[in-house]
Amino acid sequence: MVEDSAVRVAGLRKRYGDVIAVDGVSFEARRGEIFGLLGPNGAGKTTTFECLEGIRRPDEGGLEVLGIDPHKDPRALGKVMGIQLQTSGLPADMLVDEAMRFFSAYHGVAPRYEVLDRMGLGEKRGATYRSLSTGQQRRLTLALAVAHEPEVVVLDEPTAGLDVATRAELHAMMAELRGRGTTILLATHDMAEAEKLADRVAILLRGRIVALDTPRKLTAAGPDLTKITVRTDSERDLTQTSLPHVVRSLRADSYSVFFSEDAGATVVALIRSIESAGEKLADLRVERPTLEERFLELTQDGGLP
Amino acid sequence: MTAFGTHFSFVFKSGLRNSNLLMINYLFPFGFFVAMGVVMTSINPGFIDVLVPAMAIFAILASTILGLPNPLVDDREAGVFRSFKIYGVPAISIVIIPALTTIFHAMIAATVIALTAGPLFGGVPPESWPALFLVLLVTAFACGGLGTLIGVISTSSRATVLWTQLIFVPSMLIGGLMVPLTLLPESVLPAAGLLPTSHAMQAIEGLAYGRTTAFGPWLSLGALAVGALVAFGLASYLFNWDARNASRRGHPALAVLVLVPYLVATLVGMV
Repeated sequence: MVEDSAVRVAGLRKRYGDVIAVDGVSFEARRGEIFGLLGPNGAGKTTTFECLEGIRRPDEGGLEVLGIDPHKDPRALGKVMGIQLQTSGLPADMLVDEAMRFFSAYHGVAPRYEVLDRMGLGEKRGATYRSLSTGQQRRLTLALAVAHEPEVVVLDEPTAGLDVATRAELHAMMAELRGRGTTILLATHDMAEAEKLADRVAILLRGRIVALDTPRKLTAAGPDLTKITVRTDSERDLTQTSLPHVVRSLRADSYSVFFSEDAGATVVALIRSIESAGEKLADLRVERPTLEERFLELTQDGGLP
Repeated sequence: MTAFGTHFSFVFKSGLRNSNLLMINYLFPFGFFVAMGVVMTSINPGFIDVLVPAMAIFAILASTILGLPNPLVDDREAGVFRSFKIYGVPAISIVIIPALTTIFHAMIAATVIALTAGPLFGGVPPESWPALFLVLLVTAFACGGLGTLIGVISTSSRATVLWTQLIFVPSMLIGGLMVPLTLLPESVLPAAGLLPTSHAMQAIEGLAYGRTTAFGPWLSLGALAVGALVAFGLASYLFNWDARNASRRGHPALAVLVLVPYLVATLVGMV
């Protein structure tokens, strides 16, 4: 067990009838860490979170949040954990202000209206939940999840349906929470978000963890290919050109794209080839693989041993 | 304010803020009261004898049986209870608070009707006002428990309509509100005895007006009180947080046990 572990999941199994939703998932999230859980729909992310939140009872496995068993002591869990569910709601006639008062009262803390302002809901404090847009409703549930300053926050697809500005505000808020030592468990489909924010990421596939590491190490663990994207002034297709160390190539719009095992040698040869043809280089990009590409690779291959 | 107080305050205000609930808690009972006060007393002058209790009980019936269950079903289906669970709202608050606020609304409407039926339409006032309000309060709890139980066991809004009408329609026809129980055919009396409204009317007639009743008035009051406890107990036991999560402590058919106190009182009263 990790010494500064905030959340511990050991051998978690959960099935719904004949369907195995979670099949022996184990991980630990450290204090002050943003731990990302990635996976396609139906991979078991939400079930894993719902078992941790005490909403669903696991068939097997151990769960601990700051030493608390979610199913044995849900009251203690509520004090240390803030949760934003993927699917939930508030009473349609509840005012934004009222929601903050209501849930703060149940947590035994003073309402923190400044969190509503921070989430861009300052002007909506007198509005009913029913009248809010989907994005505003998600912002409200998020504000309620962090209002009692929990030590562990579980966010299930928190940025789904949010506009760019609110998403940036949420990312800043998550970084701030981490800075204060809050542990964040984050399930997301947004790979860029996971790559930018998460300290470590677990990729879940068909109920099992197929990869778990820092985003940087995860992307480095894939085939070490560099993506080279190029366009000449004539927009000629260069994919038929013979270049060293290129594993595959493709054409995308007016660009030629190469995947190389040795980017330096490939780029030098590519530039020589363009110059010898009397053309001019209009655009050249050299990119390392992203977490998204690694994720797709793992999930498309099935990922399982 | 405590969590309970904040919760109660919110749900009570919802009863006024939500136009459907406002209609069912106040506008519908008051409208029906005026219509019955004007029309029914002209058609059947004897109706003024029961105008006060019948219309007050009707207000309670409308709020608790027609108004209370659906928001419970809607909230469960919309994932509101899931949110409540993760924010630490106990199940007992979800079961009890909507019932208490509905009872509060129902008692306001019933009191307005009881106090104005005499001056407006010549309704006969009770000999004992405290007895009237005691029975109305116990009736409100009995019907509130029943409404909560319907909300807890209903699988959908459509099923809720079915269950509520199964209580509401017989209550109107043979529950003593329109026709006194003493005038019903003897074969119908056992069925009428299963309805809380029958016992409420009997208890009021006996305890507040000093009239002859089909069952003993104290027996009827006891049936209502025990019926309320059984209904809330069953509602708490059968409560389910989540429409998607099929786990439930008992089979919904257990809800039929709510009729046992009324059945016993009817059998004892008819002997």
